[in-house]
Amino acid sequence: MGNKTALYDAHVAMGGKMVDFGGWDMPLHYGSQLEEHHKVRQGAGMFDVSHMTVVDVDGAGARDYLRTLLANDVAKLDGNPGKALYTGMLNPAGGVVDDLIVYLRDPGYRVVVNCATREKDLAWMNAQAKAFDVTLTERPHLAMVAIQGPQAIEKVNEVMGIDWTAAISALKVFNSFARGDWFIARTGYTGEDGLEIMLNNEDAPGFWQALADAGVAPCGLGARDTLRLEAGMNLYGNEMDDDTSPLQANMAWTIVWEPEDRQFIGREALVQEKAAGVENKLVGLVLDGRGVLRAGQKVVVDDSNRRGIITSGTFSPTLGFSIAMARVPVSVGDTAQVEIRNKLVPVRVVKPSFVRNGKPLV
Amino acid sequence: MSEIRNELKYASSHEWARLEEDGTVTVGISDHAQDALGDVVYVETPEVGQTLSAGEEAGVVESVKAASDIYAPISGEVVAINEALEDEPETVNSSPYDDGWFFKVKPSDEGELDKLLDADAYKAESEEG
Repeated sequence: MGNKTALYDAHVAMGGKMVDFGGWDMPLHYGSQLEEHHKVRQGAGMFDVSHMTVVDVDGAGARDYLRTLLANDVAKLDGNPGKALYTGMLNPAGGVVDDLIVYLRDPGYRVVVNCATREKDLAWMNAQAKAFDVTLTERPHLAMVAIQGPQAIEKVNEVMGIDWTAAISALKVFNSFARGDWFIARTGYTGEDGLEIMLNNEDAPGFWQALADAGVAPCGLGARDTLRLEAGMNLYGNEMDDDTSPLQANMAWTIVWEPEDRQFIGREALVQEKAAGVENKLVGLVLDGRGVLRAGQKVVVDDSNRRGIITSGTFSPTLGFSIAMARVPVSVGDTAQVEIRNKLVPVRVVKPSFVRNGKPLV
Repeated sequence: MSEIRNELKYASSHEWARLEEDGTVTVGISDHAQDALGDVVYVETPEVGQTLSAGEEAGVVESVKAASDIYAPISGEVVAINEALEDEPETVNSSPYDDGWFFKVKPSDEGELDKLLDADAYKAESEEG
């Protein structure tokens, strides 16, 4: 038996098929992954993401600490409490220890990291913290629910009531606000509008049930994966890991090079990699024919022996055909071939983003 | 709880086989297998005229989640495939024992059916697995 979130009993009661995920018993789906996926694209769905690790970073040295720890620059958040930033946390070799979201609180910061990498992340963050006047505090008493879809915010407003509506409706994309232990952010991992809400464990089951009563569909990890892949969002362990440079994982936009004297961890390695020429890049693949692209399949881009590899692949429920993200040599053209069960199948090479706000991009 | 039909024979790899009145054998995957796979989005069947040996790879069923090989439960020549699965692969989920069949073979040795599991034996095995 793994760890259980505050919503475990609710998942079981709603028919969730429970599986192990990074040591947590989480719902894979509640009957049909496809229906859950469509519900998020067309209406509103909710995900239990309480397994993710929330760490508050406080102290006079918090800003300096995070400017060293993270490749993106939390200075961008200055003066805008509630604002969020997506970033990689790199190792000295330029590999990705984890990807995370950091929010500016008032005072302090809140960081949300992946559950599968929890131990490693905390060890790394604590080791780096020694040189700074900073305190790291995990928040295990917080549950987290992501409500996503075109109707998500409207449904949350319905459930939260009049005292909250103005604040929630005023929330800009990639911003958050806190009230007591409630922390409400307009962020997500589906390519749809929506919120991620942290709240006390004891409040979570009632909130979840109220959302369900309002018509928000409970959705499992299966739909979460197909939604994020359609949106072209990276999954740690698939698109990047300790040995993968962010420059090869479509994360160059998250790296802030100026000012040049900001010595964030991994900077030197990335500078060298850029100087030598980045060898691979992360692209999207579209299979117009039948079949399903899967992680691990090889990608042939030209006559050379160099091969790319699919990092995530699935059948796209929204598009009705298979899509993938793949790391391939930068020389790749508009088309490539994927080796599926010893057969070479032609695919189109596109930007790794397939669906946004319910609309196909390919 | 998944359905296991008494009149069918089963392979450990979760295919079922049904001897029809015309002497052909219809093949599909069990309710247990479709449930484990989840939403089926693509089925690759063998070709009509192809000769299969028992245990040989005969196709692939892909769900959103994973790909799974289909093995021939019995030797023989493929005489029909379920073309409806090309446009409606989800039939494998909704009707695994009826409309969701995969292919039919003309068995080269009907006696091979006896080597497959009966409903009770398959039930015992799929509950363990």
